[in-house]
Amino acid sequence: MSDSRVATAGEGRVSSLPIRAEDDLLAARHAVRAATLEAGFGLVAQTKLVTAASELVRNCYVHGGGGKLVIEHLVPPPRAGLRLTISDQGPGIGDLEAALTDGYSTGAGLGHGLGGARRLVDEFHLDTSPERGTTVVITRWVN
Amino acid sequence: MLGERQRAREEIARVVGAHRERIVAAWIVAQEGGAATAGAVGGEELREDAETLVSCLLEALTSPVPVEGLVARSAPLKSAVTGLSHRWARIGVSATAIARAVFSLKDSCAAILAEETPDLELRLDATELLCRIFDDAALLTFQSYVDGREEIIQRQNRQLLEISTPVVRLWRGVLAVPLIGTLDSGRAQIVMESLLKGIQEHEAAVAIIDITGVPTVDTAVAQHLMQTVAATRLMGADCILSGIRPQIAQMIARLGIDLSEIITRSSLADALTAAMRMVDDLRPAEEARSESALIP
Amino acid sequence: MSASEIPILRLGTVLLAGLGSELDDKTAVLFADELSRQVADTGARAVVLDITKLDVIDSFAARILVEIATMARLLGARVVLAGMRYPVAITLVELGLGLPGVLTALSVEHALKKLSTPESPRERPGGSRVR
Repeated sequence: MSDSRVATAGEGRVSSLPIRAEDDLLAARHAVRAATLEAGFGLVAQTKLVTAASELVRNCYVHGGGGKLVIEHLVPPPRAGLRLTISDQGPGIGDLEAALTDGYSTGAGLGHGLGGARRLVDEFHLDTSPERGTTVVITRWVN
Repeated sequence: MLGERQRAREEIARVVGAHRERIVAAWIVAQEGGAATAGAVGGEELREDAETLVSCLLEALTSPVPVEGLVARSAPLKSAVTGLSHRWARIGVSATAIARAVFSLKDSCAAILAEETPDLELRLDATELLCRIFDDAALLTFQSYVDGREEIIQRQNRQLLEISTPVVRLWRGVLAVPLIGTLDSGRAQIVMESLLKGIQEHEAAVAIIDITGVPTVDTAVAQHLMQTVAATRLMGADCILSGIRPQIAQMIARLGIDLSEIITRSSLADALTAAMRMVDDLRPAEEARSESALIP
Repeated sequence: MSASEIPILRLGTVLLAGLGSELDDKTAVLFADELSRQVADTGARAVVLDITKLDVIDSFAARILVEIATMARLLGARVVLAGMRYPVAITLVELGLGLPGVLTALSVEHALKKLSTPESPRERPGGSRVR
């Protein structure tokens, strides 16, 4: 019983997209939208995840000098979902507390990118340092 | 050790294979005598179930699937057991009775083994293995019974949520959600979504959220209500909050939310009056004209 | 067709632009420039942006929309955002973006109707910031 679940958990399909410049933003949004449709997300959840991805992908090429987006289907029942990993090798985020607070921005946008993206998803993990760059992992469950 | 296990497995397969008719017949007799399943499951159905179980068991025993966790790993046997559990559960057979029926099939098999396997040691090994397989099968019926129940509960939960948040059209361009009962965060979210969806579908200029029937709200729900009002505005509609109880008013005040931006009315009737005035002001000229003229 | 590939129509004193299903950053910036030039050139009194098809508005797009509204107001024109889809509205609110200073309407038709009435005290920006 339980071992069959573990077996399917490892089979979540993974796809990866390069993020180099602004032109990759639309492609990233399309890929995330397609993945949400496939995973069976409702219209509102689709929009929230695509919007969150859009914020993070833009951060990736504006602040991080580019990187990649990894889309992972989480399939073990009863919880299906999507996990997005956006990573770059940039200089990292100096003041994380401030970056997650609305209104803070060192680049474009209203400064709601990071904090806003966090509110649009179920799970949000951020790792940043000048050596490793910045990696954001967001997860949203179906329902 | 492994050799004995394999021999026991082959022995079960041999005996069950050679005497499947007798096993099925004995099981049916036991079931028809048993109070729990008697009557609920018809004779023809019993025979079919028994034959499926026995032949899937044989298939599993003669397959290369290892004997450890045989029931879970052999797909046909697993689906035969869970299928039986689901079907019987649907017609009202209890979980205990289903498990007992599976055990009774073990008894039928064991009885035949006792007659047909003269070698004592082999018989002991075979019976032990048989017990292990059927214990797993009985546990599986229990698990799938519980899973089935869980699914029903979740489905009903969803239906209840939908029923308890009806979006009704009160007037041309006016929608309302009368909320009744305690609002939790999940329900508030659903209310928000279905109201905004309704606004889009009906091109409703005014949405009324009536919370007369809501005894109290917590911070999260008050936030959701305010977010709904904000989202409504972004779509180009107006939102009226009606029936706010004193406790809820206090809660909203404590949150420091600026109520001057929100239209409120004490009752649903007052809210409707206000809403009708608002849509009259806003109605596209085209529509107003075609209504006053007999010929469009 | 304008430089930004978003068509801007002139209806009397109203400029009407229909946005597609997506708005990338470059197009958004070009469009804002183009629109401000046309508002100034034509002396338009109002701008209606039809966003019925737009299915994502993130913080960058939101900032551009607020900028367009501010810029138009400085040039003497009102901006109405028409037909925002409900998932977009929910997402914007959750992002904490209320689009201050932008008027909203259910559809282009409603927008034109709203614009035909003189600015009244009841008319107010579409969103308040709620968190």
